[in-house]
Amino acid sequence: MASSTSSPKGKPIEARSQRSQWSDRSFTWLTRILAFGVAAVLVFIGVQVAIDAMPAIRRYGLEFLVTSSWNPVDDAYGALPMIYGTLVSSLIALVLAVPIGVGTALFLSEDFLPRPVRTVLSFMVEMLAAIPSVVYGIWGIFVLIPFLDPIGGWLHQNLGWIPLFGTTYRGPGMLPAALVLTVMILPIITAIARDSLISLPPALRQAALGMGATRWTAIFRVLIPAAFSGIVGGTMLALGRAMGETMAVTMLIGNSNDLNVSILAPANTVASLLANQFAEAGDLQIAALMYAGLVLFGLTLVVNILAEMIVQRVNVYK
Amino acid sequence: MEHTAQHTDVPALKNTETAIATEQLNVYYGDFLALRGVNMAIPERKVTALIGPSGCGKSTLIRCFNRLNDLIDSFHLDGRVTYYGQDLYQDVDAVQVRRRIGMVFQQPNPFPKSIYDNIAFGARATGLKTDLDALVERSLKRSALWEEVKDKLKTNGLSLSGGQQQRLCIARAISTQPDVVLMDEPCSSLDPISTLKIESLIRELAEEYTIIIVTHNMQQAARMADYTAFFNAEATEDGKRSGYLVEFAPTQKIFDQPAQEATRNYVNGQFG
Amino acid sequence: MTATDYRSRADRARRAIAEQTSGPSYFDLFWTGVAGFFTLLALIPLVLVLVYVVIRGFSRLNWAAFTQLPPPPLAPDQGGFANALIGTLIMVGIGALVSVPFGVLAAIYLSEFSQGQVPRWIRFATNVLSGVPSILMGVFIYGLFVITTGTYSAVAGGFALGVLMLPIIVRTTDESLQIVPKQVRWAAIGMGASKFQTVLRVVLPAALPAIATGLTLAVARAAGETAPLLFTALFSQYWLDSLFQPTASLSVLVYNFATVPYEGQQRLAWAAALILVGIVLLTSILARWATRKQIY
Repeated sequence: MASSTSSPKGKPIEARSQRSQWSDRSFTWLTRILAFGVAAVLVFIGVQVAIDAMPAIRRYGLEFLVTSSWNPVDDAYGALPMIYGTLVSSLIALVLAVPIGVGTALFLSEDFLPRPVRTVLSFMVEMLAAIPSVVYGIWGIFVLIPFLDPIGGWLHQNLGWIPLFGTTYRGPGMLPAALVLTVMILPIITAIARDSLISLPPALRQAALGMGATRWTAIFRVLIPAAFSGIVGGTMLALGRAMGETMAVTMLIGNSNDLNVSILAPANTVASLLANQFAEAGDLQIAALMYAGLVLFGLTLVVNILAEMIVQRVNVYK
Repeated sequence: MEHTAQHTDVPALKNTETAIATEQLNVYYGDFLALRGVNMAIPERKVTALIGPSGCGKSTLIRCFNRLNDLIDSFHLDGRVTYYGQDLYQDVDAVQVRRRIGMVFQQPNPFPKSIYDNIAFGARATGLKTDLDALVERSLKRSALWEEVKDKLKTNGLSLSGGQQQRLCIARAISTQPDVVLMDEPCSSLDPISTLKIESLIRELAEEYTIIIVTHNMQQAARMADYTAFFNAEATEDGKRSGYLVEFAPTQKIFDQPAQEATRNYVNGQFG
Repeated sequence: MTATDYRSRADRARRAIAEQTSGPSYFDLFWTGVAGFFTLLALIPLVLVLVYVVIRGFSRLNWAAFTQLPPPPLAPDQGGFANALIGTLIMVGIGALVSVPFGVLAAIYLSEFSQGQVPRWIRFATNVLSGVPSILMGVFIYGLFVITTGTYSAVAGGFALGVLMLPIIVRTTDESLQIVPKQVRWAAIGMGASKFQTVLRVVLPAALPAIATGLTLAVARAAGETAPLLFTALFSQYWLDSLFQPTASLSVLVYNFATVPYEGQQRLAWAAALILVGIVLLTSILARWATRKQIY
């Protein structure tokens, strides 16, 4: 058996076959090019949209951002109401989703419930993110908007002196859109807050509890502060998602290009403006829409970059 | 405390051929000198054990022999590592080196494939035209695993016990018929019975292969090695540990009448 | 955060606790109640959406729904979404065909062949890309493809979905590859396998179950997407007979028919929504079940 050795001892090590060397080199290069390609797609999206927006950028300049008209007949375009709508709908959604999301994350990361139950509930919260946007849209039209009718009416009647509720509730508008956005970003906040709570060193929790801290004192004074940057990172990611969310918002916000501070009135966002007008737009209108898209790209890019930086910093501790 | 080449001659080597040798080998990770001034001539078809405290560079050294350190970006070396006189770092393809110099690792690491495919992997990868069934049987018999697994060659290698997995890894390593088998603490994660099985297996394999084994277990070295090299580490200014070879001699001599004080202290357990 | 940070926080907690009186804590009960209530609040929409989609959608699901073309506005309960179902399958297929090889190979570079800062930056860009609003993927492909070819098409829609899937595929593949222990790579390399062989014969097969799960989720997600298709594939009332013509999809059908005042079309929209939810939910549950029996 010993004689079956294929390489006699001491025989010089010969060169590797050309084919093997070539497959190694070309495979490595192929993967490298494609990896850089993924990053390039991000840049490419920005550049392509910017190029197509050029006619509108030249014509309207920065005034585009602060003008409130959208008139294809006169070629008068300004995206202020949509930018306002994008920011306000996202902010309302955040204000509602952050406490609910963090509360849910706490409830599902502590041992209030037996583990199997928590696993199922966590999975259900994740499922909120899996439901397609357009399904939230159809549900919003036929279920949420009618359901909000009495609530909207009550708000206007009793709190109508506050500009936020200054108009009558007519169905589609900022309020239903922001509520559906809340539901849609909830799982993002919950998931990341839960991850950062779970990844805290157990010693931290034990230290607090071991000294006789009640559970919620430990949560408020120790756990939440320690997981804070993770929660902020998740919130930023959710903000980026909310700003770019299209279908559900388009179907519920009423698509009015007038700026109105009342959340009971119809409004618009950049994303839903694109969804509504793109397919039927003329040349300059397309450029104006591309310009609006570029603004949205810039906004979400900044938010996502910040979010990623925060989340990455958090991951270092894991 | 200057330790250099003068303690590393092995008189007994004169009647056997040298498989792997190092000359003034310095190993760096970036700026950090992990191992310095190693001169060794490792005889063929013997078991050579590398012992020493942790951080002494014995694992680093063994990974120079099959160029596994190449995977680490900051790694570089000066001096020479030769395989039957051929410099392993001059105009030699690392992949080809590893086909001659096989390795068994600290943690048993079978591929998540069937036992059969684990063994056949090397032949398939190197394009060896051979009867795979016979190769699998021969390799498993050689590593004393055949009787235990011959009826379940299609089951996943990961389903075996730790000791069986390690013997599977040894079978896999010798399936490509290398000249040299490197073993990096192959028993450190195993129970005593599995360890004994593997030790006797290694003794048998030495009839056919040159075996270089890193171990932190001195008894293990004493039990099975023909030659033993003792490495030591000293702290550098920046708090890291830099290793060097203290003494390389027949195992008997290392344990009974070491030339160096440090060796004596270590083998008598009066060390760190 | 360093260990000292944690320690100082623990100290603060110790002081905070000392201030508190012991006894049955209404404080704790209250906040547990709040957190539980919030969890309930988070789950209500899921239940409501599912209940409505199932009730409204199921009643309209019949053989015709799967085999016929969309109905004209005033026809009550006729027709179906057969062309949209086919369109969705074809466009998701095109998207996967483009993005799966692209993404998997890119992830192989990140996980297997790169060191230092480069992979960090590419991973960062990938994550940022996955945050780009999906409607902008549509805008991008419109500018790149629809304008150049002069027509809305299934290919354009497929590409838009591909761009959408790409970062998800890169990330899940990258993560799946990294779960494979280093020792397994060493074993292959130590036997004289080339890089190519190590990745293709050992690392990739070992990570395959996890990668497949990730790919399935990405595909399911793409199947439910509407925004990237609105002005790349547009919509069509007719059967598809070329990949270079406007193409219907289930998601755009839901959008179009939910926003018209014709009850027949609205009901079909609910049925299509049920199919979409079914696809996504089933794949998610299956993926969850599949990840239970991973190799590593």
